[in-house]
Amino acid sequence: MITLQWLYMLAGAMFGAFAALSATDRSNAKRLGNAAFWGLMAASLLAGDLIGDFGNGLLVLTLAALAGFGWIGRGSPPTTSEAEREGYSARFGNRLFLPALIIPATALLGTLLYNYTPLGGLGLFQEKRETYVLLGLGVLLALLTMFLWLRPPALAPLQEGRRLIDSIGWAAVLPQMLAALGVLFAAAGVGEIIGGMTQSVIPEGSIFLAVTVFGLGMAGFTMIMGNAFAAFPVMAAAIGVPLLIRDFGGDPAVVGAIGMLAGFCGTLMTPMAANFNLVPAALLELQDQYGVIKAQLATAIPLLVVNILLIYFLAFP
Amino acid sequence: MNYWPLLGILLVVIGFALRLNPMLVVTVAALATGLLAGLDLNEVISTFGKAFNDNRIIAIVWIVLPVIGLLERFGLQQRAAAVIRGMRNATTGRLLLLYLAYRQVTAAIGLHSTAGHPQTVRPLVAPMAIAAAEKQHGALDPVTSDKVKSYAAATDNVGLFFGEDIFFAIGSIVLIQQTLLTYGYNLAPLQLALWAIPTAIAAFLIHGGRVLILDRSLRGVGR
Repeated sequence: MITLQWLYMLAGAMFGAFAALSATDRSNAKRLGNAAFWGLMAASLLAGDLIGDFGNGLLVLTLAALAGFGWIGRGSPPTTSEAEREGYSARFGNRLFLPALIIPATALLGTLLYNYTPLGGLGLFQEKRETYVLLGLGVLLALLTMFLWLRPPALAPLQEGRRLIDSIGWAAVLPQMLAALGVLFAAAGVGEIIGGMTQSVIPEGSIFLAVTVFGLGMAGFTMIMGNAFAAFPVMAAAIGVPLLIRDFGGDPAVVGAIGMLAGFCGTLMTPMAANFNLVPAALLELQDQYGVIKAQLATAIPLLVVNILLIYFLAFP
Repeated sequence: MNYWPLLGILLVVIGFALRLNPMLVVTVAALATGLLAGLDLNEVISTFGKAFNDNRIIAIVWIVLPVIGLLERFGLQQRAAAVIRGMRNATTGRLLLLYLAYRQVTAAIGLHSTAGHPQTVRPLVAPMAIAAAEKQHGALDPVTSDKVKSYAAATDNVGLFFGEDIFFAIGSIVLIQQTLLTYGYNLAPLQLALWAIPTAIAAFLIHGGRVLILDRSLRGVGR
């Protein structure tokens, strides 16, 4: 059976190659920092289960120090020039889109085949993780196709991958750090504290104000945690279930479903949701790391208002 | 109740507001939160390390980078831009509107991992949006070009967030169902998924309207 462990091995090997290629990149004055940073990511993926919790903790602290004190830079792996790329684009035409579609097509067809034919019964992939396994499969298929068709130099995929990961930099690791911070927040009881504080600001007897505090609480606590999943159980326990559903008789399906979506409006407005907001800013090489959040504010705020109104009108007809 | 752990949140807010390095901010906040909650330093480091290790699945998405980088090497971004230049009626707003619809619909039928910032936005959507904007009013200054790229990324997020919950087998629906079940409310996932539709429509109207307004402002910059 193909499990997540296989994918950790694949990703770990890739980060290991990034580290080795970084170490020899003389164009980058901080090359040893890059090699250490990507090397530690490789170690985490390859051996995270072997080095113990404290070992993992030290690994994370080292990653944070390397990134936080500016010890990682940006390499310049060999790639093609703008003019060469225009040439390839004219020469290969729209066929260039085909390898780009291999990854989504593998994920789509694979998921359908796996879930709706007897193939799924064979237990080829770890349960509920088939999308990730198919993502890995799609990557390998796309690489194979491009090697057969375009014949790039053997190291090109790793060098091009390193070009991209260096442009993203430490932001590539930040989402995982924030997830770990969320675990510490939870262990410290932040959820109960916020839930209690929200409960205490609700005025008696007004359905509309209770719905508003619930919606704003979902969005606000999501902004703090970076994740609506962490906010939902807290807000459900503080307001959603005891007040909206039990006292005021609201429809639990509406309160639950649209309450979660009010949280998603918070996700659009917070740097804590790094993989949606900060990573794309790095990936698209924006000057302003908060550029994506700024582009989302004018969608998120009106949509939050809409969600609050939807809960009020749909859950309490 | 011990309110001290809230200082950890304050550290994060201040750190992000001052634009300090987020990796340092997060680490300091994590250590402070754990210590204020009464754990000793050893336990805090271990908890942080275990949580990082438990979340390695987040790092898996980067395995697409060698493919995306290789495609860029052979001119995929240039090709995406050329296709847009060849379409007479293409504008940034119409393109993003189409992508918003595509992202919402595919996410709603469970295909949320077929697109994303590394897979589609950087190699395809952003260069196409830039090419369309250049067609509307010539070369872009860096600020306008960054704005167009930000809108491309924002459109991906909005489409994903307000499409995926219509699919009943997604993590957030399961979480809602499980949470409410602990209070004795046993709901079918499909029941929850249906209530995601009104918000999905509102998100399409609000964000779709904004990308069309972006078109108008781009034409304004051109003149």
